[in-house]
Amino acid sequence: MTFDLETAASPKGLRRVAIDPVSRVEGHGKVTILLDDQHRVKQVRLHIVEFRGFEKFIEGRPYWEVPVMVQRLCGICPVSHHLAASKAMDLIVGAVPVTASATKIRRLMHYGQIMQSHALHFFHLSSPDLLFGFDSDVARRNIVGVAMAYPDIAKKGVLLRKFGQEVIRATAGKRVHGTGSVPGGVNKHVSRADRDALRKDLPQMLEWAQDAVNLARQLHMQDAAMHDSFGSFRSNMLSLVRADGAMDLYDGVLRARDASGRLILDGASDQGYLDLIEEEVRPWSYMKFPHLRALGPEKGWYRVGPLARVQNCDFIPTPLAEAQRQEFVAWGGGEPVHATLAYHWARMVEALHAVEVIGELLDDPDILSGGLMVTGTRRSEGVGVIEAPRGTLIHHYTVGADDLVTMCNLIVSTTHNNQAMNEAVRSVAREYLDGVEITEGLLNRIEVAIRAYDPCLSCATHALGRMPLKVALLGDGGEVIDHIARSSTGEIVRDLAARVRVDG
Amino acid sequence: MIAPLLVFGWGNLSRGDDALGPLFVLRLRERLGAAQTRVDFLDDYQLQVEHALDLRGRERVLFVDCSVRCAAPFEVTALEPARDATFTTHAMSPAAVLHVYREMEHREPPPCTVLEIHGERFELGTEPSGAALAALESAVDWGERWVRGAVTAGEGEEPPVLRGVQQVVKVG
Repeated sequence: MTFDLETAASPKGLRRVAIDPVSRVEGHGKVTILLDDQHRVKQVRLHIVEFRGFEKFIEGRPYWEVPVMVQRLCGICPVSHHLAASKAMDLIVGAVPVTASATKIRRLMHYGQIMQSHALHFFHLSSPDLLFGFDSDVARRNIVGVAMAYPDIAKKGVLLRKFGQEVIRATAGKRVHGTGSVPGGVNKHVSRADRDALRKDLPQMLEWAQDAVNLARQLHMQDAAMHDSFGSFRSNMLSLVRADGAMDLYDGVLRARDASGRLILDGASDQGYLDLIEEEVRPWSYMKFPHLRALGPEKGWYRVGPLARVQNCDFIPTPLAEAQRQEFVAWGGGEPVHATLAYHWARMVEALHAVEVIGELLDDPDILSGGLMVTGTRRSEGVGVIEAPRGTLIHHYTVGADDLVTMCNLIVSTTHNNQAMNEAVRSVAREYLDGVEITEGLLNRIEVAIRAYDPCLSCATHALGRMPLKVALLGDGGEVIDHIARSSTGEIVRDLAARVRVDG
Repeated sequence: MIAPLLVFGWGNLSRGDDALGPLFVLRLRERLGAAQTRVDFLDDYQLQVEHALDLRGRERVLFVDCSVRCAAPFEVTALEPARDATFTTHAMSPAAVLHVYREMEHREPPPCTVLEIHGERFELGTEPSGAALAALESAVDWGERWVRGAVTAGEGEEPPVLRGVQQVVKVG
């Protein structure tokens, strides 16, 4: 099976172009577009090189090392990997459930990560596009431009992120390479001094988080037609929710809704994810395409992340975010909101929720005292699922009698969104590609669509002006009609003589 | 009490030569000993906006990274704030971090230097290469002099730092 514009109907005369920019970070993105002789778009693909060798990196290590080592898989959301691995290893050591203190300290760590990640994305990665428009001057379309036009926004973004990082430090032990969460619990309480310092700053953070969600909502509504249609498509949505249907980003059961909002999966244990989710391999991409096994690859693919979570849950269990969620849901007029750009609005609803949860947990005496660790009957297999900033993150391990990991399977958020990101790019290509000349505005629109998902590939999507995204247009005969790329300094380079590697 | 000097290395300890930044921090801290109080040591996976706040109250700052572009064994460059394209990325340049500091604090950042150590291999799960580790040792020697230059400024030894972002010292 294939999707519209995924594979050209008549491949004769068309060739697949792969451009691989050199990268030293986790991966890279590339977009290929094939045209016929009328310059009609025939094929669009977003290729992302997935994290390579993750499983092999982990297999053979002692299980107790894993929650620390997995942080090195990704420099962007190490805390999410730290906690997902810890949850899986809780099962290995029979620590089910962990203590109340351990659960709350981990939750505090996790919501700190959600907050700082969402703040960075909105204030520093996306706000230039949202505030100035996709076709604004490149030099203006960066955070410096934002800082000049909206002086408070850049500062709020830095300080919100700093606060989230401090929450992580207070719970994980260090700002990076944290060791706080271990199989069976956590290894330290939050200190009273750290708790007091965070509480002191909380009211300001809450105010700024409210400002942020209001800004995101206003930006969406002030150009509603564009925001609702840009890169838009209908899809299923998947996330964890609490057993009672509340939003829960740390733990819960799996729930999925179809494009009309009807439940198609609910209350499913995350331990059985392999019975629910299947990953399809397609020959043109390194990254797999997950889908709900019962529906198959054509109808079973889904979106994860803020857009899914805000609409999958029945309610958000904190008052300010719940009020914002209701406004968000009302925007759909009885149907789910499918707009790609609505991810930004949903993300800020979650950021506000995260600050509220942090406030509740800072008031909870269990983070200062109480049992930290439990043990139980040793098991050989464990699955840990968490809602990372970008979506559902699955860690699955088996461990031998010698305590060494014998199998590791990870499905990261970006993989869940693989089909969705491809659909978003194709939607943008249909609407904006003129077929002959690639403009900087087109490049930026492609980036905007990808960036809305906040995929965890640092150089693939978060490098406005530096994103190693090259676009080539080929004619039926394989000739290069146009080739445009950005240099490392953000300079736009159009070079028809550039070397283009052609596969097949 | 904020230490007047900051040494900030970044990279991933499990990605081959990318470990050079945090390894530099580790090695220099070992050499100087736990008793010293004039230097703060920080490391992270990547530079980000909030790291601008770590510059507050410093007399001098040394940023340390691995680079495929620099000449072996290492290069040293004096930094100036710059509005480069990394502002909206998950991996900012040190010059961009300085610019965030200037925007946030409404003042010039402290004198900052970037030390780039040459590396070539970045595969997940690999150790730094022998050549990279040799370059690291040379760089740590230089780093020790950079610190001592502050401690013994009256003794006349100047660290080999040039002024101006375009000026580069190639060592080796």
